[in-house]
Amino acid sequence: MEWETVIGLEVHVSLSTKSKLFSGSSTEFGAPPNTQASIFDCALPGTLPAFNEEALRMAVRFGVAIGAEIGKRSVFDRKNYFYPDLPKGYQVTQLDFPTVGKGSLTVTLADGSEKVIGVTRAHIEENAGKSLHEEFSGMSGIDLNRAGEPLLEIVSEPEITCAEEAVAYLKKLHTIIRYLDISDAIMAQGSMRCDVNVSIRPKGTTELGTRAEIKNINSFRFVEKAIHSEVARQQEILEDGGRIIQETRRYNADKDVTTSMRSKEVANDYRYFPEPDLLPVVIDDEYVAAVKAQLPELPDARKARFINDYSLSNYDAGVLVSNRELAEYFEIVASSSGDPKLAANWVSQDLLGLLNKNNLEIADSPIQAERLATLITRIKDNTISGKIAKTVFEAMIADPSDVDAIIEAKGLKQVTDSGEIEKLVLEVIENNPAQVQQYKDGKEQVIGFLVGQCMQLSKGKANPAQVNELLREKM
Amino acid sequence: MINCTVAETSAALAAGDISSVEITQAYLDRIATLNGELNAFITVCENSALLQAKAADDARANGNDRPLLGIPLAHKDIFCTKDILTTCGSRMLHNFVSPYNATVVERFIDAGTVLLGKTNMDEFAMGSSNETSFFGDVKNPWNTECVPGGSSGGSAAAVAADLCAMATGTDTGGSIRQPAAFCGVTGLKPSYGRVSRWGMIAFASSLDQAGPITKSAEDAALMLNVMSGLDKKDSTSIDRPIEDFTATLNQPLKGLRIGVPKQHFADGLSMEVEQAIRNALAEYEKLGATIKEMDLTNSHLSVSAYYVVAPAEASANLSRFDGVRYGHRCEDPTDLEDMYKRTRSEGFGEEVKRRIMIGTYALSAGYYDAYYRKAQKIRRLIKDDFDRAFEEVDVIIGPTSPHTAFKLGSKADPVSMYLEDIYTIAVNLAGLPAASIPAGIANGLPIGMQIIGKYFDEAKILNVAHQFQQHTDWHKQKSTAITAASGES
Repeated sequence: MEWETVIGLEVHVSLSTKSKLFSGSSTEFGAPPNTQASIFDCALPGTLPAFNEEALRMAVRFGVAIGAEIGKRSVFDRKNYFYPDLPKGYQVTQLDFPTVGKGSLTVTLADGSEKVIGVTRAHIEENAGKSLHEEFSGMSGIDLNRAGEPLLEIVSEPEITCAEEAVAYLKKLHTIIRYLDISDAIMAQGSMRCDVNVSIRPKGTTELGTRAEIKNINSFRFVEKAIHSEVARQQEILEDGGRIIQETRRYNADKDVTTSMRSKEVANDYRYFPEPDLLPVVIDDEYVAAVKAQLPELPDARKARFINDYSLSNYDAGVLVSNRELAEYFEIVASSSGDPKLAANWVSQDLLGLLNKNNLEIADSPIQAERLATLITRIKDNTISGKIAKTVFEAMIADPSDVDAIIEAKGLKQVTDSGEIEKLVLEVIENNPAQVQQYKDGKEQVIGFLVGQCMQLSKGKANPAQVNELLREKM
Repeated sequence: MINCTVAETSAALAAGDISSVEITQAYLDRIATLNGELNAFITVCENSALLQAKAADDARANGNDRPLLGIPLAHKDIFCTKDILTTCGSRMLHNFVSPYNATVVERFIDAGTVLLGKTNMDEFAMGSSNETSFFGDVKNPWNTECVPGGSSGGSAAAVAADLCAMATGTDTGGSIRQPAAFCGVTGLKPSYGRVSRWGMIAFASSLDQAGPITKSAEDAALMLNVMSGLDKKDSTSIDRPIEDFTATLNQPLKGLRIGVPKQHFADGLSMEVEQAIRNALAEYEKLGATIKEMDLTNSHLSVSAYYVVAPAEASANLSRFDGVRYGHRCEDPTDLEDMYKRTRSEGFGEEVKRRIMIGTYALSAGYYDAYYRKAQKIRRLIKDDFDRAFEEVDVIIGPTSPHTAFKLGSKADPVSMYLEDIYTIAVNLAGLPAASIPAGIANGLPIGMQIIGKYFDEAKILNVAHQFQQHTDWHKQKSTAITAASGES
């Protein structure tokens, strides 16, 4: 039987507010345990929540960016369950009236085609603390620094049909969130986490199969692998005549399998009800319009502009806008060097290659945009050749000094002095009489070999155009 | 002096007739004599009270006079008090010392009052007799075989027995008004949102309000002046211009329209209570008020709706008492589940557990619509009833409780206890302000009269209550049992 896969994603993003969702505690990452836990975060008796409106602004910012309906009246609810890192015994979230309603985002797939994937909703909720099971000899430690940090949970429609689409969706979400500056969205640090709902059904049918939820996957690559592995598992069960159990699973990356997390547990009844300590959050059209007016240029618009204004290819533009900082870096290089095409090549190939190899962010690049622009300018004004530029680029990684100083110090400056070039040309003519004769006999291609000889002799520094011209003249 | 009102004591302090240290010492002596019998206080703060009294006297000497400066008060043990035990009447918090002050507590500190101690209460404010306290029953000062009412039983008994000049209480379904009625004192439940709930241990968040328990309506106005006002730490506290509730106390009642709900004079109301309230209404007519009989059509639904909404909220509010961070924790837990189960089984009393279970059930999947959602609808109907009524009347008056204080241990059936609050509960569901003031005595026990006002119309309630107290002396009646016990004449 042929099967088709249905995937829905729930993505939790830590909103980068300065203080927590309902208390004034700092949200800074990496502080010593429980140093960022106020009396409210510890759920002391009598403490009450006070809503941080910055979280609302960020959620609405996301909503308008994906063209979503904005909830004019969002209501917080209590989701009840006991766990030591959930100090109040309930999590405050939004059940029936989320701040962000239906929206969508467009992803580009490997074959260049585009697909619109629906976003069901995005709601604001508080994070739990952390349970530390290691260093306490038989006891567990509780760190409440993270408890009460604001999260935006973004739920997709079950419209994703394969792992590739899932990853494309996640990457697009990540890009938009970074453009909006509402979260660091670093999966490795947990500021972006993903739960994947996977089910399969016979191809062509419309009824959804029973789904498994794979919790807390923390990299794009693992999302892809987890989906492949889970689809294979479900297919095997169904083809053997078995049944899929609706359950929560965990992806084990070492073994590349998903395993059941809560098979023994009875289904949780969270007993949601409206949080009586908070009033509904009411916003008007004006508020939404103001947030919309402050949106930055988003990746799709920027891509279109790059194609239009800089005549970049669809692919190059796509690569450059996929990361806000990269796109901004590129624009500096393009405008300072005056050559967008060359800038695009250098940024998307040489610079990205360098960063990827060393696992660096744009912000940590050893070569700043202005320096790269200078390098490109030196190619254009014939100070160096494109080939020598690669050498200069390598040198610039370790040497933070001025680009011209590096060219000078390494003696990489292109030789344009016609006297020097004449010496080279004469030497090559003298050393290669056979080829010279061939040229004179009308074998035009030999000129390439002779230019190459001159370049070699100059260690690449001679201006190839000048060499070419002078060779013809002297022969 | 200890049997004086706050207004009288304040005048005496201002005139230099007495010092705060003297009056504080007098109350502390009275507590030492009577608390053993009444059990009104869980904690008495003798040393800090005298220090605060001294500071108040010094402040007055420096010209820093304020209406409540140096007045000794007691807080219900539901308010968090920094460095002082805050138990909420529960074993769960028998060892809990709060690191912070409730906003109400903070405001009384700023007003220069003297904290005598923390008063006994039904466990987590769940009860109408003060019998659910882990710290033992409170006795009614009028008859120590009777309950003082609840849940603010300790505060009401303390004010009635002159163990303090004034006290705070909280009212979720009648917990200020009913004990005020049973103990013959004045109690006011303010409009929901009038007084900050920050630092007041939550029972049912959408119903809880703190308010004064005093010897007169004027004292209640003085206390409310201090307690009320916006607090950004409580999102449900309401931003309203600051009022002086004493300003309108003396407005004449000519033309006042009093609504008398039929449903509050129906079956179940004892004859002597009905008679007392009818007499009071006649008094109001003499003062120029008109009486209008009226309907609160849905009032029979209020107890049922309340016992869904309040336990539902409580079931979540009490989840934080898990033995992890503070309060009671069971001995040697074997694992997490064992710790949760034993900590909560040991820490909570029967009534609290009953309500957690009722609330958990009402919120469960498959029952939510039948219980919680329906109760919220009833709540809206009840509010609509009041809104309609207040189009035609200025206040609504009736009995606070169907009868006078009952005997300790006489209400073993929880439902009969729940029906205690039949006249008071609807007010909380609608978020309205209401007072209970003494309006008679039967069989040696006081009778309480409830005055319900429009939303945020506490000033009118206090005016109506004060005028009654200007023309009657029920609020000045004292239990002979207690004055005999303390050897005073």
